[in-house]
Parts: sequence; structure tokens; C-alpha cells
Amino acid sequence: MAAYSLDELEYWNDKIEKLVWDAGLDCYEQHFEICSYEDMLCYESYVGMPSHYPHWSFGKAYERQKTFYKYNLVGLPYEMVINSDPCIAYLMRDNTLLIHILTMAHVYGHNDFFKNNRLFKRDTRANLEMEMFKAHANRVREYIQDPSIGPDKVERILDAAHGLKFQTCRHGERKKISEEEEGTVPERLKEDLLAFLAEKGKLAEWERDLIHIVREETMYFIPQLETKIMNEGWASYWHYQILNQLELPQGLHLEFLQRHHLVIRPHQGQINPYFLGFKMFEYLDQQPGGREKIMAIRSEDRDQSFIRRYLNQELCEKLHLFSYGIQGDDIVVTEVSNEEGWKTVRDNLANAVGLGSIPIIRPVGVENGTLLLEHVCDQRELELNYAQETVKYVVDLWGGKVDLRVKIDNNPKIISCSEGKIVNIHD
Amino acid sequence: MAIFKDGNTNSSDRSAWDRKRHRQLVEESIKKNLGDIIAEESIIGQSKDKKIKIPIRGIKEYQFIYGKNAGGTGSGEGQEAKGQVIGKANGQPGQQPGQGQAGNNPGEDVYETEITIEELTSYLFDDLQLPDMERKKFAQIESERKFKRSSFQRKGIPPHLNKKRTLAEKIKRQKMAQRDKCDSEENESPERIPFHENDLRYCRIKEDTRRHSNAVVICIMDTSGSMDQTKKYLARSFYFLLYQFVRWKYEHVEVAFIAHTTTAQEVNEQEFFHRGETGGTYISSGYEKALEIIEQRYNPAIWNIYTFHCSDGDNWGEDNAKAVALVNQLCTISNLFGYGEITTSSMYGSAISKEYEKQIHLDNFIMVMMGDKTDIWPAFKKILDTESGGNS
Repeated sequence: MAAYSLDELEYWNDKIEKLVWDAGLDCYEQHFEICSYEDMLCYESYVGMPSHYPHWSFGKAYERQKTFYKYNLVGLPYEMVINSDPCIAYLMRDNTLLIHILTMAHVYGHNDFFKNNRLFKRDTRANLEMEMFKAHANRVREYIQDPSIGPDKVERILDAAHGLKFQTCRHGERKKISEEEEGTVPERLKEDLLAFLAEKGKLAEWERDLIHIVREETMYFIPQLETKIMNEGWASYWHYQILNQLELPQGLHLEFLQRHHLVIRPHQGQINPYFLGFKMFEYLDQQPGGREKIMAIRSEDRDQSFIRRYLNQELCEKLHLFSYGIQGDDIVVTEVSNEEGWKTVRDNLANAVGLGSIPIIRPVGVENGTLLLEHVCDQRELELNYAQETVKYVVDLWGGKVDLRVKIDNNPKIISCSEGKIVNIHD
Repeated sequence: MAIFKDGNTNSSDRSAWDRKRHRQLVEESIKKNLGDIIAEESIIGQSKDKKIKIPIRGIKEYQFIYGKNAGGTGSGEGQEAKGQVIGKANGQPGQQPGQGQAGNNPGEDVYETEITIEELTSYLFDDLQLPDMERKKFAQIESERKFKRSSFQRKGIPPHLNKKRTLAEKIKRQKMAQRDKCDSEENESPERIPFHENDLRYCRIKEDTRRHSNAVVICIMDTSGSMDQTKKYLARSFYFLLYQFVRWKYEHVEVAFIAHTTTAQEVNEQEFFHRGETGGTYISSGYEKALEIIEQRYNPAIWNIYTFHCSDGDNWGEDNAKAVALVNQLCTISNLFGYGEITTSSMYGSAISKEYEKQIHLDNFIMVMMGDKTDIWPAFKKILDTESGGNS
């Protein structure tokens, strides 16, 4: 039996909610569901959704998470929040009262962010998302049960679509329909490999539908990927403000400080989004313009612009940020946050957050049935083993030969994959 | 006003289906890597219950990701200086910041799993998909009579009385009697209830006839000086596989091990897999020993005989003619004679293998070449193909 009652949760929630209102946060109606450890693991494996289509990768995610917890490699998340209206959050039954209080305050931060950030407003429809996931799940199950399709064929398409799920239009906006010429890629599909394949690949209708299902789900998650640092920073900033005003009994207050510091501690050699986001909002709140300014930032920015605009030299130095690169077998510090270096550090970080960590592959044309792709290359090059395997997925969906233009050690090369999935690299 | 909902306490196992499919895929991946695993030295000659650790490549979810030259950003303690080495490229740190669920770690996703050698061999041979008629070729003659208890009956002879079951019957009757009494509201203290003839239960005895396969596998290995460590290791891997196969497929098969240099002797399993020797090579000595053992213990009229020989083919010249003659002789009394040549230096056969090729044209003679450990599995398959193809 847990060491708290539902009444206690409601008592603290009322106080939190009042502070949330007073602070001017603007939230969807909030629902909390108290769930078991097992359920939490499942929600985590199925991207938080109570209903989701089946695929082995979710089974893998489950086993993986469970193993990690078993060996204490990571802690269970305190909470999961879904961007939906009403906003749904899960609280794990076994947690202490203080963790629940902390989590609830944190959840309101996310809730406000979901409702007000530009990306979420533009690209997701919070009141319909749960229904969308459910409808997707039903459709996929129908295909699996259809005797003329069956689980293996569905899996083949889902494997491929999952492998390419981030190769879709990144900024939500849909381009106008334009003139189409044979052999060229229409303007509206130029930045959307997945939609291109769904439309132009040699596929059956149900196969196209599966790709669209995966694509729509990615669209739903892109705003979260693009605002990971801001979103976690915002929620952490607010749980910290709120809990400090809650007048917690001393015991709970000490536990709060301890938990809070665990959440926002820096991860050596990496970027903890909670740490960076929290520190940035805390700093910005103390600047002229303060509260109003950060409210505007949470509405307008994404991680990339947030970092480019507001991560200044003072913050870079305070947070001891540095850039690193690989030289031979060593990881070597390439730039540190000082007078000359901090801008490079900032720009490197800004380029690598959110979808910046995922290479862009674009369709450029079709020649004699061969699909030509190119990696839009900045300094960073593709991991070749993964590229060679992933190109096979493109072949699966395209239904013919695929050539991918890449750079290897700064030389232009082509990774070719034949219809029979034979891959070779040539000039 | 927030709404609180206490979720189900009895969880539905929603991920069961996907976990099962994932395990299937992992199993398939194990099977694909079996060729590498069986040639691991550490498993040779281990008992079948021993657990071994084998590395399994995780089922990867491939995506386009950045490679090593992408670099990254981290937070430190403020002591970092330009050019300082902070770790190894294949260890920590090096995760891309802000990845969320976007990318997978490009690092090799290998985890270890423990399986017993028995499980391993069953994976192996499931993979072969041998037809069931295999078994029939090892004709069965010798039968063993055994008596086995099966179920119970009311009549029987005293030695077959099953006391436990009898007591259970008595208790049943006792309880029934008590319940009847309660119904009639008589509340007497329960009187002692003796055993009744109807309580007695006897074991039903079934005659169980078990058939033995009357097959013998004779393993002959060249342990001479020219068989260096690598070669011996290959030969052992091969025999190990064969031996596991025989034990897995046929419950009662006898195996005889012969090690030879210029002379041959029969050895036990342990010695066969672990002993090293030096000396010259008379292949014929091994064959003579095999013939001797067959003559003494395994009459070809009754026994199915499978003879295998592994050597590097580096036979002393004067012995070749004799060896060829003996192979012919062994072929006539064996169901199958397999010769495996270990050719580490080149894929050209030795003098003896050429002799064999020229002079032996029997259907049940098969010769395979093994250059390195990747050849073992194909060689083994080839031999089995002959086995099932030749007679069916």
C-alpha cells in the first residue's frame, strides 16, 4: 500500500493548481492516472499511448527498459505526459508523496508548454491525438488480421517505414501543389522522402496507408523532439518555483531539494536537457523583462533558436559547455567556452539539437526506374553501416533500385542498392 | 480542477505480443550466427549441461544517423582545455545531445545470453531440417523390456498396492460420511473409519519396450606432429559437432574414438578432445585400429557403422597404398565413410586425398576440405547431405 492517499494528492494538487493560475500559466484540463510499475513500463515502451499499433520494436523497447531497471542502470521516469486535450499524465503508484507533488507541478509546466508553444499549436491537434492513435492501431490490426495480408507483410512495411520515419518534412508546413514533370520530384515532396515513397513507390493501397500512419505519428512527435530542452527546462523551472511556494513540511522540502537536484544535475560530457533548459530559464527570468520575456520565449521558440538567441557567453561559461570531436580513437575537446570559443560551442550545440541530430536524406530524381537520393551534407557524414542497411528499406518501399549520394571522408560517393538488396559503394 | 483516476491494479500485459515477436527475431539472429558460435574453442568438449555465454547481435533498428565525425557538445567541470582527451571513441561519453528518442546509439548493440550446449545443438540441428527418415536408417533391433507404472486400478496383486492413492480414497470416503452426518444434524465425534476393500488402489503396470539403435560412430583423428594447434582445433570442432549431432539425434549410439600417429589407440572422449601428441603419420594405423574394433565389437551384419577420419593428409608416402586399400575395406563394411582434410595452408589437396579421389569411387565415401573455421559448418552439412541423399 502506498504511503499516501488519493485525498492527499488532491489536496496538494489544489494548491499547485492555484499557484499555476496565479503564475499566469495557461493549461489544458489535467487528468492524472495512477498506474503500476508494469503499466508505466508499457506506457513508456508505447510512446505514452494507451492504445498503439503492435510492432516488435515496442517489445524490444520494453525488454530493454526492464533490463535497465533491473540492473539499476536508469531510474523509472517519475511521470509521463501526453500532449493531448485534456492533458493526460501517469503517476507511478509506488512513488513517494513528494515525488507525486513534484511530478504534478512538473506536469503543469509541460501542459502549459503543449498548449502554448508555436510548434505544438501549429502541428498537432491536441483534442484529436488520442483518437488518431487508436484509429491507427485499429487499422494496423485489421491489416494484420486480413488473410490476404497478414503479420509478415505488415511487419515488412513497418520495419522500413520506421527506419525512415524521420525523413519527412520537418517543419510541419505543407507546400502547395505544383506542376509535376516526369523524372523529377514534385516541389511539395522534395523535403519529404517518406511521403514521396508513399505516393510514388510501387505499393499497394494498404502499404501506403501504413506509411502514412508512421508518418503522422512522427509529425505528432516532431514538436517534442524539437523542444526537448525548452520543454523539460520549462517544466523543471516551474516545478521548482511552485514547490518553493508550497510551504512543504520540512521533511518533504528536503526530499524535494534532493530530487530536484538529481533531475537537473549536469551529465558529465553530455547535455542533460533538464539541466540546460532549467539553467537557461532561471537565468532569463532574472534578466530585465523577466517573466514576460520567458512566457514569450516558450510560445515562440524551438531548441535551436532558443540556444542560438539566448545561450550567451556568461551561461556557456557558467555551465562549462565544451565541444568535442573524434580524433583517431580519442574523444578530444575541440573548443571550450571562453572569449573566442563560446560562439562555436553554442553554434555546434544549436545545430545538433532536436532534428539537427538526424541527417537529412532527400529524393532528387528518378532515372530509368532508379530513385536518386542525396544526403544534404553539412560537416557531418553518415554512419556507413547504418546507411547501407537503411537504404535497403528505401528499396523495400520504392520497389526498385536506389542510389544515395553521400560524402565519405569528404569525397562524393554513391551508395547503390539493387532491387535484390545488394549494396555497393562507388564513385 | 484536475481529475484523478486510479488505474487498474491488475495490469493487462499489452506488450506480450510484441515481446514474443522480438524474441523470435532474436532467436533467428542466434541461428544465423551459429556458424561462428560452434567454432568457439571454449565450447569444445564441454558437457551438455554446461552453460556458455554467447554474444548476440541485438536486432537493430536501422536509420540514417551521423557517423563518428559528427562530434558533439557536453557539459563539464570547467577544467576542460582545448586538445584534452576526455575519453575513448568507443566508450563514454559520446552520446549526441538532445537526441531523445530520435536516434539509436550507433554503437554495436551486442548483448550476451546464456544457453546450454544442449540448447545450442538443438538450435543447430533444427536449422538443418533433416527429414525424419534419417532415424530409420539406423535400424533398431535390440529391444529392452521395462515395466512402467501407469494409472491406477481397483484390482491387483499386493506388491502393486499404491498406498498413497488408497489413503486418499479412504479420506474421501471419510469426508463424505462426515458431511452426511452434518446434514442429518447429528453432532457426534467422528468415529474411526477403517480401510475398506473399495479403497484399495493398485498400480496398473504397462510393459514398455524400448528399442535401441544399433549404430556406432567411429571417429579417427590424426594427432601427429604435423597437425598443429590450429589444425587439431579444426578437427576437434568438426568432431565436436558430429558428436553432438549423433548424441542429439540418436539416443543410443555408440561412439568409438581413435587417435593415431604412426600407431593408433582407442581413447576416451576426454582424451580425444583434449590430448595433443607428436610423431609421424601412418594413416593406415588408424584404419587398422578401426577395423580391429569393428571386428571385436561391432559385427557389420548387425551394426550400422559410420566412420569418420580427420587428418591434414600429410601421410608418409610409403603408407598411401595401404591406406587406400583399407579405406576401400572400411567402405564396404561402413554405411558411410567420411574423410575430412584440414588444409590450412592452401586449398590444394594432399597426395593422399588425390589418391582417394582417383581410386575410391564408392557412393558412401565422402571427402571434405576444411581451411578455416568457417568451413566446418558447410563441411558438416555436406556430409549429412550425402547421408540422407545417398540412401533415400
